[in-house]
Amino acid sequence: MSFYETVFIARQELSAAQVEALAANLTDILTQGKGEVSKTEFCGLRNLAYSIKKNRKGHYVLFNIDAPSSAVKEMERQMRLNEDILRFLTLKVDMLDAEPSPLMQSKQSRDRRYEIFEERDSYENLVEEGDKE
Amino acid sequence: MTSVPTTRKPFFRRRKTCPFSGPDAIPIDYKDVKLLQKFTTERGKIIPSRITAVSQKKQRELAQAIKRARFLALMPYVLD
Repeated sequence: MSFYETVFIARQELSAAQVEALAANLTDILTQGKGEVSKTEFCGLRNLAYSIKKNRKGHYVLFNIDAPSSAVKEMERQMRLNEDILRFLTLKVDMLDAEPSPLMQSKQSRDRRYEIFEERDSYENLVEEGDKE
Repeated sequence: MTSVPTTRKPFFRRRKTCPFSGPDAIPIDYKDVKLLQKFTTERGKIIPSRITAVSQKKQRELAQAIKRARFLALMPYVLD
């Protein structure tokens, strides 16, 4: 058993209930393969940075998985067959993060963390300086 | 005393340190779009580490994270 993190993007036409059904389906596949899904995050309908298969938006879903590779492989195979899934990414991770992912978190709560970057000079100034050296 | 960088520059510029190293390091996560955007240009290119002062090791991780975010359409490959 190892830890995995999967993010998949579902088509924008699906309703929230359909996305949840889809996620439940995939969770079933994992549990049948003796795996476990410790966290499921529905990040809602987000704008895609570029269109995928003519979709401008997509439902993002994140899974935290503790499962044998065979179960993950089967889930990925099903995802590939499913036309409602635009794209997915599965990564092996050392540790599962139980906290809500940055995709879920609201803007205000995280702004504090970025303060150290605010003092950063604008890109143009830095390029100028970098070239001098 | 005769350190070259200080005498050459007419103004004082503090040496920036890697934001991902040290005791209060920030974790690099491909899902953290807001953070990754700080390390890309307006056109969506990854900013070189000589400008952002990210360490070599962390720059590799950062580049990987940005590329993952691009794959998931969280960030653009090109912006114009």
